[in-house]
Amino acid sequence: MLVAIGATAIVILALLWEVSVPWLQRRARARRANAQARAADAALPVAYDPGRERRAEQRARELLKSCVNEEEWAMYRDLGFIRVWGGQSHVGGDGVRVGSLVSGRALDGVPYAYLIYPHKPIVAYLPQTSRVLNEYCVEFPDETRPYGSARLPDSDDVLAKWMALKGDERRLITTANMHLPGRQIDPRQIARDIWRLGRWERERLEEGRRAHGAGSGAA
Amino acid sequence: MKFLRMRPGHGEQLIAEGDPEVAEDEERLVAEFRHQLEQGMWAAVPIESRSGRREAEMVTDFRQIPRDTGRVIFFPRAAGGAR
Repeated sequence: MLVAIGATAIVILALLWEVSVPWLQRRARARRANAQARAADAALPVAYDPGRERRAEQRARELLKSCVNEEEWAMYRDLGFIRVWGGQSHVGGDGVRVGSLVSGRALDGVPYAYLIYPHKPIVAYLPQTSRVLNEYCVEFPDETRPYGSARLPDSDDVLAKWMALKGDERRLITTANMHLPGRQIDPRQIARDIWRLGRWERERLEEGRRAHGAGSGAA
Repeated sequence: MKFLRMRPGHGEQLIAEGDPEVAEDEERLVAEFRHQLEQGMWAAVPIESRSGRREAEMVTDFRQIPRDTGRVIFFPRAAGGAR
C-alpha cells in the first residue's frame, strides 16, 4: 500500500515538474526582459512630457509678452508670427549696410522687414511690394538638453530671434544660413501671411479710429 | 537685477538675482554672467527707448548692462540651421 502511494506521489511530482519547468522558464525570461526594458528606460534622458512642454510654452509666452511691444504681441497672438523692421539694430546703426546684405543690392532707404516664425526660418521681405528676399535659417540649440531636447519652446525661439534682430541684426543675419525663398516655407504661405498682416493692421487701425471717435464723441 | 535663462522644456529659469550696487552681489552677478557666456549663451537686455518702444540690446560684457535694468535674458547662441 505504502509502495503504491509512494509511486503515485513520484509520478505526480514528475508530472508537475514537467508542467512547471516550461512555465518557470517563461517567467524567468519575462523577468529578464522586464529588467532589460527598465534599464533601457533609465538610460533614456527623460521621457517626453506634453504637460511639461505646455507649461514651458506658457512661461515662454509670458516672457515674450513682457519683452515685445503690445502691437507685436497682438500680432503673434492673432497671426502666429511677428514682423520686425530691418535696419533698426542697436549695434552700429548700420541698417543700410545690413539692408544691402539682406537684399543683395543697395536698398537706398527702401524699408525692409522680417517675419519671425517659431522654429522656422526668418523671412526677409520688402513690405512696399511684398517681394520676398530670402529665408534665414537659424536655430538656438541648447546642447545641455535638460529634458532630452535642445529645442526651446516656440515663444522663446521667437523672442530669441526678436532680441537678436533688435540687438544685433548683422550678427544674426551673418550667422544664419541664407536660402532663396521657398526652401522651407511655402512662398504661397508667406504671401498669404503678408496679406493677413496687412488686413490685420487695417482692422486695428479702424478699431483705433472708432475707439478714438467714440472717446471724442463722449467728451 | 535678475538673470533669466531660456531652457528647453522649461521656459525661463531664474539663475541669479542681486543688486549690482552691492559689491558682494555684483561679484556674484559678474561671475554668473561670465559663466553663462562661457557656456555659449548670448545675453540680451530688454530696454525701452525714449519713444516708449520696447527694444533689446545684446551685451557681451557685464559693464554694458544698464545699471537700472531689471533683467538680463540668456539664450543659446544662434547657429545656422537646416542646410
